[in-house]
Amino acid sequence: MQYFDPHIHMVSRTTDDYETLARMGCVGMSEPAFWAGFDRGSVESFRDYFRQLTDFEPKRAKQFGIQHFTWLCINAKEAENVELSREVIAMIPEFIDKPNVIGIGEIGLNKNTRNEVTIFKEHVDLAVQYDLPILIHTPHLEDKYQGTRMILDVLCSDSRVKRDMVLVDHVEEHTIGLVLEAGFWAGMTMYPVSKCTPERAADMIEKYGTERLMANSAGDWGPSKPTAVPDLIMVMRKRGHSEATIRKIVYDNPLTFFAKSRNFKFTPRE
Amino acid sequence: MARNVRDVLDQEYLVARAKILELAAILDRLDRANGEAAEDPRYGLLRQGMELLQQKEDGRAERVQLLFSRPYQATWRDEFGV
Repeated sequence: MQYFDPHIHMVSRTTDDYETLARMGCVGMSEPAFWAGFDRGSVESFRDYFRQLTDFEPKRAKQFGIQHFTWLCINAKEAENVELSREVIAMIPEFIDKPNVIGIGEIGLNKNTRNEVTIFKEHVDLAVQYDLPILIHTPHLEDKYQGTRMILDVLCSDSRVKRDMVLVDHVEEHTIGLVLEAGFWAGMTMYPVSKCTPERAADMIEKYGTERLMANSAGDWGPSKPTAVPDLIMVMRKRGHSEATIRKIVYDNPLTFFAKSRNFKFTPRE
Repeated sequence: MARNVRDVLDQEYLVARAKILELAAILDRLDRANGEAAEDPRYGLLRQGMELLQQKEDGRAERVQLLFSRPYQATWRDEFGV
């Protein structure tokens, strides 16, 4: 089955991984800007990172017939440095018209601090100013519930935010209902230990349905599995879900959401 | 789409059995370790989590998640001044 991974950090993966994903049916992906495993020291580091996301990765993906899209931001973890964050936000417009840039993300909270909230709101301002979709990172483990509620508080109190242009990622059993009921899109990240498994993602699909819901692998430099979406496809097939239901989660829904970005020009395979 | 109980058990019984065994082995490991597990709040959370599994109502996974979550404070914006 052809699928689209809506959240995968390919800068962390080898070229072999691109080939594996292509063999597994991946035809498109979107890569949010994120933390590099260490705090970067200057805006120039981010400028180079954005060049990697908008120039190098699309070429690497194209070798295997995969269409690569990206989101730009300074992630919540580095948002503790407000001065650097503001320099990065001021620089992002240099890249906004690159052909694979579809929005601002992954923005949100990490440890739910005041500085993180400040920079999150400034990213939202930028997305609203350029009428771009937003991809939200929600915190992990014990911080997820509190942080997700705080993020929804910010978004729901801002009348400029179009809720159907916001994807809230890393939802789990205790946050998915909050996100969907508020009218946002939700993404389930299948990731060993700290997020959810393909089996639990299938449970959430069975409980909440397929509207405004998608699944991703994160596929970053941590102990993650870039083929998690094909794993979900297998789990859903084993449980007897129809091909149409599976396809809606792993292909139709990502394309419907990303089409809200003026830069999203995806060419389906014949 | 609801599956039959038998189908679910056919697919999940050995998986659940293995996970219960892992939990049992972790508790045994804690017993063998030096020190008192009950003094660490994480041990208490694990015990509460296991008690939650005994509940009969649907939504156990959500309740376990909430058990391991920091509470949400509705007044956070006042505290942050935003």
